[in-house]
Amino acid sequence: MAVSGALLIGFLFLHMIGNLKIYFGASSFDSYAHWLRKIGEPILPYSGFLWIQRVVLLVAIGAHIWAATSLAIAARKARPVAYAHRPKVQGSYAARTMRWGGVIIALFVVYHLLDLTTRHLNPVADTNQAFGAVTADFAPGRWYVTLFYTLAVVMLGFHLRHGVWSAFQTLGWKFPRTVALAVSVLLCAGFLMVPLSVMFGIIK
Amino acid sequence: MKLHLRVWRQASGGVRGEMVAYEVDDVSPDMSFLEMLDVLNERLTLEGEEPIAFDHDCREGICGMCSLVINGTAHGPQKATTTCQLHMRSFNDGDTIDIEPWRARAFPVIKDLVVDRSAFDRIIQAGGFISAPTGSAPDAHATPVPKADADDAFEAATCIGCGACVAACPNGSGMLFTAAKITHLGLLPQGQPERDARVIDMLHAHDEAGFGGCTNTGECTQVCPKGIPLASIARLNRDYRDAVKRA
Repeated sequence: MAVSGALLIGFLFLHMIGNLKIYFGASSFDSYAHWLRKIGEPILPYSGFLWIQRVVLLVAIGAHIWAATSLAIAARKARPVAYAHRPKVQGSYAARTMRWGGVIIALFVVYHLLDLTTRHLNPVADTNQAFGAVTADFAPGRWYVTLFYTLAVVMLGFHLRHGVWSAFQTLGWKFPRTVALAVSVLLCAGFLMVPLSVMFGIIK
Repeated sequence: MKLHLRVWRQASGGVRGEMVAYEVDDVSPDMSFLEMLDVLNERLTLEGEEPIAFDHDCREGICGMCSLVINGTAHGPQKATTTCQLHMRSFNDGDTIDIEPWRARAFPVIKDLVVDRSAFDRIIQAGGFISAPTGSAPDAHATPVPKADADDAFEAATCIGCGACVAACPNGSGMLFTAAKITHLGLLPQGQPERDARVIDMLHAHDEAGFGGCTNTGECTQVCPKGIPLASIARLNRDYRDAVKRA
Protein backbone atom coordinates (compact mmCIF):
# COMPACT_ATOMS: atom_id res chain seq x y z
CA MET A 1 0.00 0.00 0.00
CA ALA A 2 2.66 2.48 1.13
CA VAL A 3 5.37 1.71 -1.44
CA SER A 4 3.04 1.62 -4.45
CA GLY A 5 1.36 4.79 -3.14
CA ALA A 6 4.73 6.52 -2.88
CA LEU A 7 5.47 5.73 -6.54
CA LEU A 8 2.09 7.12 -7.58
CA ILE A 9 2.60 10.30 -5.55
CA GLY A 10 6.02 10.76 -7.18
CA PHE A 11 4.30 10.60 -10.56
CA LEU A 12 1.63 13.07 -9.42
CA PHE A 13 4.29 15.62 -8.50
CA LEU A 14 5.99 15.35 -11.91
CA HIS A 15 2.61 15.46 -13.65
CA MET A 16 1.65 18.59 -11.74
CA ILE A 17 4.92 20.36 -12.54
CA GLY A 18 4.50 19.41 -16.20
CA ASN A 19 0.94 20.79 -16.22
CA LEU A 20 2.11 24.12 -14.85
CA LYS A 21 4.30 24.58 -17.95
CA ILE A 22 1.08 25.69 -19.62
CA TYR A 23 1.59 29.12 -18.01
CA PHE A 24 4.67 29.60 -20.23
CA GLY A 25 2.55 29.57 -23.39
CA ALA A 26 1.34 27.20 -26.06
CA SER A 27 4.68 26.50 -27.75
CA SER A 28 6.44 25.86 -24.43
CA PHE A 29 3.71 23.44 -23.33
CA ASP A 30 3.55 21.61 -26.66
CA SER A 31 7.33 21.28 -26.88
CA TYR A 32 7.37 19.91 -23.31
CA ALA A 33 4.77 17.32 -24.34
CA HIS A 34 6.89 16.47 -27.38
CA TRP A 35 10.06 16.26 -25.26
CA LEU A 36 8.38 13.70 -22.97
CA ARG A 37 8.19 11.41 -26.00
CA LYS A 38 11.82 11.96 -26.96
CA ILE A 39 13.34 11.12 -23.52
CA GLY A 40 16.05 8.50 -23.87
CA GLU A 41 16.35 8.73 -27.68
CA PRO A 42 18.10 7.28 -29.57
CA ILE A 43 18.62 4.32 -27.15
CA LEU A 44 14.86 4.23 -26.55
CA PRO A 45 12.38 4.46 -29.43
CA TYR A 46 10.03 7.46 -29.74
CA SER A 47 7.64 7.44 -26.71
CA GLY A 48 9.77 4.60 -25.28
CA PHE A 49 10.30 6.25 -21.91
CA LEU A 50 6.59 7.05 -21.62
CA TRP A 51 5.70 3.40 -22.19
CA ILE A 52 8.19 2.25 -19.54
CA GLN A 53 6.66 4.78 -17.16
CA ARG A 54 3.16 3.61 -18.02
CA VAL A 55 4.07 -0.01 -17.30
CA VAL A 56 5.66 0.94 -13.95
CA LEU A 57 2.59 3.01 -12.99
CA LEU A 58 0.24 0.24 -14.04
CA VAL A 59 2.16 -2.24 -11.85
CA ALA A 60 2.03 0.25 -8.95
CA ILE A 61 -1.72 0.76 -9.42
CA GLY A 62 -2.22 -3.00 -9.61
CA ALA A 63 -0.24 -3.52 -6.40
CA HIS A 64 -2.13 -0.68 -4.70
CA ILE A 65 -5.53 -2.14 -5.62
CA TRP A 66 -4.43 -5.67 -4.74
CA ALA A 67 -3.23 -4.54 -1.27
CA ALA A 68 -6.41 -2.51 -0.68
CA THR A 69 -8.64 -5.41 -1.74
CA SER A 70 -6.87 -7.94 0.46
CA LEU A 71 -7.12 -5.54 3.43
CA ALA A 72 -10.83 -5.03 2.75
CA ILE A 73 -11.40 -8.79 2.52
CA ALA A 74 -9.46 -9.37 5.77
CA ALA A 75 -11.53 -6.64 7.43
CA ARG A 76 -14.79 -8.23 6.31
CA LYS A 77 -13.68 -11.64 7.56
CA ALA A 78 -12.51 -10.19 10.88
CA ARG A 79 -16.02 -8.98 11.78
CA PRO A 80 -18.60 -11.57 10.67
CA VAL A 81 -21.42 -10.13 12.82
CA ALA A 82 -21.96 -6.40 12.29
CA TYR A 83 -22.86 -3.94 15.04
CA ALA A 84 -26.57 -3.14 15.29
CA HIS A 85 -25.73 0.39 16.41
CA ARG A 86 -22.75 1.81 14.58
CA PRO A 87 -22.26 5.58 14.53
CA LYS A 88 -20.00 7.16 11.94
CA VAL A 89 -16.38 6.45 12.71
CA GLN A 90 -14.72 9.11 14.81
CA GLY A 91 -11.58 9.37 12.69
CA SER A 92 -11.17 11.79 9.82
CA TYR A 93 -13.44 11.98 6.78
CA ALA A 94 -10.33 11.25 4.71
CA ALA A 95 -9.58 7.97 6.53
CA ARG A 96 -13.18 6.82 6.26
CA THR A 97 -13.45 7.40 2.50
CA MET A 98 -10.19 5.69 1.48
CA ARG A 99 -11.78 2.63 -0.13
CA TRP A 100 -14.67 4.16 -2.09
CA GLY A 101 -12.60 7.27 -2.72
CA GLY A 102 -9.98 5.02 -4.29
CA VAL A 103 -12.59 3.46 -6.59
CA ILE A 104 -13.80 6.91 -7.65
CA ILE A 105 -10.23 8.05 -8.34
CA ALA A 106 -9.60 4.91 -10.44
CA LEU A 107 -12.72 5.63 -12.53
CA PHE A 108 -11.59 9.24 -12.91
CA VAL A 109 -8.19 8.08 -14.17
CA VAL A 110 -9.91 6.00 -16.87
CA TYR A 111 -11.96 9.03 -17.93
CA HIS A 112 -8.88 11.26 -17.78
CA LEU A 113 -6.92 8.93 -20.11
CA LEU A 114 -9.81 8.74 -22.59
CA ASP A 115 -10.01 12.53 -22.44
CA LEU A 116 -6.47 13.88 -22.60
CA THR A 117 -4.34 10.90 -23.65
CA THR A 118 -6.31 8.98 -26.28
CA ARG A 119 -8.60 12.04 -26.93
CA HIS A 120 -11.73 9.91 -27.43
CA LEU A 121 -13.67 12.31 -25.20
CA ASN A 122 -11.80 15.47 -26.14
CA PRO A 123 -12.85 18.05 -28.79
CA VAL A 124 -9.25 18.09 -30.15
CA ALA A 125 -8.36 14.73 -31.69
CA ASP A 126 -4.82 15.65 -32.87
CA THR A 127 -2.51 14.26 -30.17
CA ASN A 128 0.30 16.66 -31.19
CA GLN A 129 -1.77 19.57 -29.88
CA ALA A 130 -1.44 19.40 -26.11
CA PHE A 131 -2.20 23.07 -25.42
CA GLY A 132 -5.19 23.10 -27.74
CA ALA A 133 -6.65 19.99 -26.14
CA VAL A 134 -6.42 21.45 -22.62
CA THR A 135 -7.88 24.84 -23.54
CA ALA A 136 -10.72 23.24 -25.55
CA ASP A 137 -11.42 20.73 -22.76
CA PHE A 138 -11.89 23.30 -19.99
CA ALA A 139 -13.54 26.00 -22.11
CA PRO A 140 -16.31 27.89 -20.25
CA GLY A 141 -18.97 26.14 -22.37
CA ARG A 142 -17.79 22.78 -21.00
CA TRP A 143 -18.05 23.91 -17.35
CA TYR A 144 -19.29 20.43 -16.35
CA VAL A 145 -15.89 18.94 -17.36
CA THR A 146 -14.09 21.43 -15.11
CA LEU A 147 -16.56 20.71 -12.31
CA PHE A 148 -15.97 16.97 -12.63
CA TYR A 149 -12.19 17.43 -12.64
CA THR A 150 -12.45 19.65 -9.57
CA LEU A 151 -14.49 17.07 -7.65
CA ALA A 152 -12.08 14.29 -8.63
CA VAL A 153 -9.01 16.29 -7.60
CA VAL A 154 -10.57 17.21 -4.25
CA MET A 155 -11.35 13.50 -3.73
CA LEU A 156 -7.70 12.77 -4.54
CA GLY A 157 -6.71 15.41 -1.99
CA PHE A 158 -8.67 13.64 0.73
CA HIS A 159 -7.17 10.31 -0.32
CA LEU A 160 -3.66 11.75 -0.05
CA ARG A 161 -4.31 13.52 3.23
CA HIS A 162 -4.79 10.19 4.96
CA GLY A 163 -2.65 8.20 2.52
CA VAL A 164 0.58 10.18 2.82
CA TRP A 165 0.51 10.13 6.61
CA SER A 166 -0.57 6.49 6.71
CA ALA A 167 2.23 5.46 4.35
CA PHE A 168 4.86 6.94 6.65
CA GLN A 169 3.19 5.27 9.63
CA THR A 170 3.22 1.92 7.78
CA LEU A 171 6.90 2.29 6.89
CA GLY A 172 7.63 2.94 10.54
CA TRP A 173 8.27 6.68 10.63
CA LYS A 174 6.49 9.11 12.86
CA PHE A 175 5.18 11.80 10.54
CA PRO A 176 3.25 14.99 11.35
CA ARG A 177 -0.26 14.96 9.90
CA THR A 178 0.07 18.63 9.01
CA VAL A 179 2.81 17.81 6.47
CA ALA A 180 0.49 15.25 4.83
CA LEU A 181 -2.20 17.93 4.71
CA ALA A 182 0.27 20.39 3.15
CA VAL A 183 1.29 17.84 0.48
CA SER A 184 -2.33 17.19 -0.49
CA VAL A 185 -3.25 20.89 -0.51
CA LEU A 186 -0.19 21.64 -2.69
CA LEU A 187 -1.08 18.89 -5.18
CA CYS A 188 -4.76 19.88 -5.23
CA ALA A 189 -3.89 23.53 -5.87
CA GLY A 190 -1.37 22.65 -8.58
CA PHE A 191 -3.81 20.41 -10.41
CA LEU A 192 -6.83 22.69 -10.07
CA MET A 193 -5.04 25.85 -11.19
CA VAL A 194 -4.85 24.81 -14.84
CA PRO A 195 -8.51 23.88 -15.55
CA LEU A 196 -9.78 26.85 -13.52
CA SER A 197 -7.38 29.24 -15.29
CA VAL A 198 -8.66 28.00 -18.66
CA MET A 199 -12.27 28.25 -17.60
CA PHE A 200 -11.91 31.81 -16.30
CA GLY A 201 -9.92 32.93 -19.34
CA ILE A 202 -6.53 33.40 -17.65
CA ILE A 203 -5.04 30.91 -20.13
CA LYS A 204 -6.21 31.40 -23.72
CA MET B 1 -33.73 8.26 35.63
CA LYS B 2 -35.68 5.95 33.38
CA LEU B 3 -33.83 4.22 30.57
CA HIS B 4 -34.72 2.11 27.58
CA LEU B 5 -32.05 -0.52 26.97
CA ARG B 6 -31.55 -2.73 23.97
CA VAL B 7 -29.15 -5.51 24.92
CA TRP B 8 -27.57 -8.26 22.83
CA ARG B 9 -28.80 -11.61 24.17
CA GLN B 10 -27.21 -14.83 22.95
CA ALA B 11 -27.57 -18.04 24.97
CA SER B 12 -24.24 -19.48 23.83
CA GLY B 13 -21.60 -19.22 21.12
CA GLY B 14 -23.26 -21.56 18.65
CA VAL B 15 -26.75 -20.07 18.59
CA ARG B 16 -28.19 -16.92 17.04
CA GLY B 17 -28.51 -13.83 19.17
CA GLU B 18 -30.68 -10.72 19.01
CA MET B 19 -31.16 -7.31 20.55
CA VAL B 20 -33.74 -7.47 23.38
CA ALA B 21 -35.45 -4.38 24.82
CA TYR B 22 -35.59 -3.72 28.59
CA GLU B 23 -36.95 -0.80 30.62
CA VAL B 24 -34.99 0.21 33.71
CA ASP B 25 -36.59 2.61 36.22
CA ASP B 26 -35.05 4.32 39.24
CA VAL B 27 -31.55 4.62 37.85
CA SER B 28 -29.42 6.96 39.94
CA PRO B 29 -27.05 9.25 37.99
CA ASP B 30 -24.36 8.22 40.49
CA MET B 31 -24.55 4.55 39.54
CA SER B 32 -21.79 3.16 37.37
CA PHE B 33 -22.89 1.63 34.09
CA LEU B 34 -22.28 -1.86 35.46
CA GLU B 35 -24.27 -1.10 38.65
CA MET B 36 -27.17 -0.12 36.41
CA LEU B 37 -26.89 -3.55 34.74
CA ASP B 38 -26.67 -5.17 38.22
CA VAL B 39 -29.99 -3.53 39.11
CA LEU B 40 -31.57 -4.87 35.92
CA ASN B 41 -30.09 -8.33 36.53
CA GLU B 42 -31.47 -8.47 40.09
CA ARG B 43 -34.92 -7.76 38.72
CA LEU B 44 -34.53 -10.32 35.92
CA THR B 45 -33.42 -12.93 38.47
CA LEU B 46 -36.43 -12.20 40.72
CA GLU B 47 -38.72 -12.51 37.71
CA GLY B 48 -37.19 -15.89 36.92
CA GLU B 49 -35.45 -14.68 33.76
CA GLU B 50 -31.86 -15.40 32.84
CA PRO B 51 -29.71 -12.42 33.94
CA ILE B 52 -27.57 -10.68 31.30
CA ALA B 53 -24.03 -12.05 31.26
CA PHE B 54 -21.30 -9.39 31.08
CA ASP B 55 -17.61 -9.36 31.96
CA HIS B 56 -16.35 -7.35 34.93
CA ASP B 57 -13.83 -7.75 37.71
CA CYS B 58 -12.03 -4.93 39.53
CA ARG B 59 -14.51 -2.16 38.65
CA GLU B 60 -11.65 0.27 39.20
CA GLY B 61 -10.72 0.72 35.55
CA ILE B 62 -7.47 -1.22 35.71
CA CYS B 63 -8.16 -4.91 35.08
CA GLY B 64 -9.36 -4.85 31.48
CA MET B 65 -12.32 -7.20 31.99
CA CYS B 66 -15.29 -4.94 31.26
CA SER B 67 -16.07 -4.76 27.60
CA LEU B 68 -19.29 -3.23 26.32
CA VAL B 69 -20.02 -1.41 23.10
CA ILE B 70 -22.43 1.30 24.24
CA ASN B 71 -24.38 3.09 21.50
CA GLY B 72 -21.77 1.93 19.02
CA THR B 73 -18.75 3.14 21.01
CA ALA B 74 -16.46 0.75 22.86
CA HIS B 75 -16.56 1.61 26.61
CA GLY B 76 -19.22 4.26 25.94
CA PRO B 77 -19.22 8.02 25.42
CA GLN B 78 -16.58 9.11 27.96
CA LYS B 79 -13.03 9.31 26.61
CA ALA B 80 -10.18 7.35 28.22
CA THR B 81 -12.61 5.57 30.52
CA THR B 82 -13.52 1.90 30.95
CA THR B 83 -17.18 0.86 31.09
CA CYS B 84 -16.96 0.26 34.86
CA GLN B 85 -15.83 3.85 35.42
CA LEU B 86 -18.57 5.27 33.22
CA HIS B 87 -21.42 6.72 35.26
CA MET B 88 -25.08 7.12 34.43
CA ARG B 89 -24.71 10.90 34.72
CA SER B 90 -23.24 10.64 31.20
CA PHE B 91 -26.76 9.79 29.99
CA ASN B 92 -30.11 11.58 30.10
CA ASP B 93 -33.45 10.52 31.52
CA GLY B 94 -35.42 8.68 28.84
CA ASP B 95 -32.37 7.75 26.72
CA THR B 96 -32.31 4.61 24.62
CA ILE B 97 -29.01 2.79 25.08
CA ASP B 98 -27.82 -0.01 22.82
CA ILE B 99 -25.43 -2.47 24.46
CA GLU B 100 -23.47 -4.95 22.34
CA PRO B 101 -20.44 -7.19 22.83
CA TRP B 102 -17.04 -6.63 21.16
CA ARG B 103 -17.58 -7.75 17.55
CA ALA B 104 -14.66 -9.65 16.03
CA ARG B 105 -14.07 -13.10 14.60
CA ALA B 106 -11.08 -13.41 16.94
CA PHE B 107 -13.36 -12.59 19.92
CA PRO B 108 -16.26 -15.08 19.63
CA VAL B 109 -19.28 -14.50 21.88
CA ILE B 110 -19.46 -16.94 24.80
CA LYS B 111 -22.74 -15.67 26.16
CA ASP B 112 -24.70 -12.39 25.82
CA LEU B 113 -22.08 -9.66 26.22
CA VAL B 114 -19.18 -11.93 27.21
CA VAL B 115 -16.58 -12.64 24.52
CA ASP B 116 -13.57 -14.94 24.50
CA ARG B 117 -10.47 -12.75 24.38
CA SER B 118 -7.91 -15.57 24.57
CA ALA B 119 -6.69 -14.51 21.10
CA PHE B 120 -4.84 -11.74 22.98
CA ASP B 121 -3.28 -14.39 25.24
CA ARG B 122 -1.99 -16.22 22.17
CA ILE B 123 -0.39 -13.00 20.90
CA ILE B 124 1.32 -12.57 24.30
CA GLN B 125 2.41 -16.21 24.32
CA ALA B 126 4.06 -15.67 20.93
CA GLY B 127 6.48 -13.06 22.27
CA GLY B 128 5.04 -10.72 24.87
CA PHE B 129 7.58 -11.62 27.52
CA ILE B 130 11.24 -11.22 28.46
CA SER B 131 13.73 -13.90 29.48
CA ALA B 132 15.43 -12.01 32.31
CA PRO B 133 16.23 -14.18 35.33
CA THR B 134 13.66 -13.85 38.08
CA GLY B 135 14.43 -13.63 41.78
CA SER B 136 14.84 -10.71 44.10
CA ALA B 137 14.26 -7.23 42.72
CA PRO B 138 17.37 -5.71 41.04
CA ASP B 139 19.03 -2.68 42.61
CA ALA B 140 17.45 0.59 41.59
CA HIS B 141 19.35 2.17 38.68
CA ALA B 142 21.47 -0.95 38.20
CA THR B 143 20.25 -0.87 34.58
CA PRO B 144 20.06 2.71 33.32
CA VAL B 145 17.07 3.58 31.12
CA PRO B 146 16.80 6.97 29.38
CA LYS B 147 13.94 8.99 30.85
CA ALA B 148 12.17 9.48 27.51
CA ASP B 149 12.25 5.72 26.82
CA ALA B 150 11.05 4.94 30.33
CA ASP B 151 8.11 7.34 29.86
CA ASP B 152 7.10 5.89 26.48
CA ALA B 153 7.50 2.32 27.73
CA PHE B 154 5.39 3.07 30.79
CA GLU B 155 2.71 4.75 28.72
CA ALA B 156 2.50 1.64 26.52
CA ALA B 157 2.58 -0.63 29.57
CA THR B 158 -0.66 0.91 30.83
CA CYS B 159 -2.51 -1.16 28.18
CA ILE B 160 -4.92 -3.39 30.08
CA GLY B 161 -5.67 -5.66 27.13
CA CYS B 162 -9.41 -4.99 27.20
CA GLY B 163 -9.79 -5.26 23.41
CA ALA B 164 -11.65 -2.00 22.85
CA CYS B 165 -9.19 -1.23 20.03
CA VAL B 166 -10.38 -4.34 18.17
CA ALA B 167 -14.04 -3.55 18.88
CA ALA B 168 -13.71 -0.04 17.45
CA CYS B 169 -11.49 -0.84 14.46
CA PRO B 170 -13.38 -0.88 11.15
CA ASN B 171 -10.94 -3.62 10.09
CA GLY B 172 -11.27 -5.65 13.30
CA SER B 173 -7.52 -5.29 13.79
CA GLY B 174 -5.69 -5.86 17.07
CA MET B 175 -2.70 -3.78 16.04
CA LEU B 176 -2.88 -1.19 18.82
CA PHE B 177 -2.77 -3.91 21.50
CA THR B 178 0.14 -5.68 19.77
CA ALA B 179 1.94 -2.36 19.24
CA ALA B 180 1.54 -1.42 22.92
CA LYS B 181 3.31 -4.63 23.94
CA ILE B 182 6.06 -4.20 21.31
CA THR B 183 6.65 -0.62 22.50
CA HIS B 184 6.55 -1.49 26.18
CA LEU B 185 9.09 -4.33 25.93
CA GLY B 186 11.13 -3.07 22.99
CA LEU B 187 12.08 0.25 24.61
CA LEU B 188 13.57 -1.31 27.74
CA PRO B 189 16.99 -2.99 28.04
CA GLN B 190 15.37 -6.15 29.40
CA GLY B 191 13.36 -6.52 26.21
CA GLN B 192 16.28 -6.45 23.78
CA PRO B 193 17.33 -10.13 23.53
CA GLU B 194 14.01 -11.23 21.96
CA ARG B 195 13.21 -7.95 20.24
CA ASP B 196 13.39 -9.15 16.62
CA ALA B 197 11.71 -12.50 17.20
CA ARG B 198 9.05 -10.83 19.34
CA VAL B 199 7.69 -8.51 16.67
CA ILE B 200 7.71 -11.18 13.95
CA ASP B 201 6.11 -13.86 16.13
CA MET B 202 3.52 -11.56 17.73
CA LEU B 203 2.41 -10.20 14.35
CA HIS B 204 2.16 -13.75 13.03
CA ALA B 205 0.03 -14.75 16.03
CA HIS B 206 -2.10 -11.62 15.51
CA ASP B 207 -2.86 -12.56 11.89
CA GLU B 208 -3.35 -16.25 12.77
CA ALA B 209 -5.99 -15.31 15.34
CA GLY B 210 -8.16 -13.79 12.59
CA PHE B 211 -7.72 -10.10 13.31
CA GLY B 212 -7.84 -7.75 10.32
CA GLY B 213 -5.04 -5.54 9.02
CA CYS B 214 -4.30 -2.01 10.23
CA THR B 215 -5.07 0.89 7.88
CA ASN B 216 -4.21 3.64 10.40
CA THR B 217 -7.78 4.91 10.69
CA GLY B 218 -7.12 5.79 14.34
CA GLU B 219 -10.46 4.56 15.70
CA CYS B 220 -8.58 2.45 18.27
CA THR B 221 -6.93 5.36 20.08
CA GLN B 222 -10.26 7.19 20.21
CA VAL B 223 -11.75 4.51 22.46
CA CYS B 224 -8.64 3.23 24.25
CA PRO B 225 -9.29 3.67 27.99
CA LYS B 226 -5.56 4.11 28.55
CA GLY B 227 -4.87 6.46 25.64
CA ILE B 228 -2.27 4.29 23.91
CA PRO B 229 -1.05 6.53 21.04
CA LEU B 230 -1.22 5.62 17.36
CA ALA B 231 2.52 6.33 17.12
CA SER B 232 3.09 2.98 18.84
CA ILE B 233 1.88 1.29 15.63
CA ALA B 234 4.56 3.19 13.68
CA ARG B 235 7.08 1.87 16.22
CA LEU B 236 5.80 -1.69 15.68
CA ASN B 237 6.17 -1.25 11.91
CA ARG B 238 9.71 0.08 12.36
CA ASP B 239 10.65 -2.82 14.64
CA TYR B 240 9.17 -5.24 12.11
CA ARG B 241 11.08 -3.62 9.25
CA ASP B 242 14.38 -3.78 11.15
CA ALA B 243 13.73 -7.35 12.30
CA VAL B 244 13.03 -8.54 8.76
CA LYS B 245 16.20 -6.79 7.51
CA ARG B 246 18.31 -8.50 10.18
CA ALA B 247 16.66 -11.90 9.81
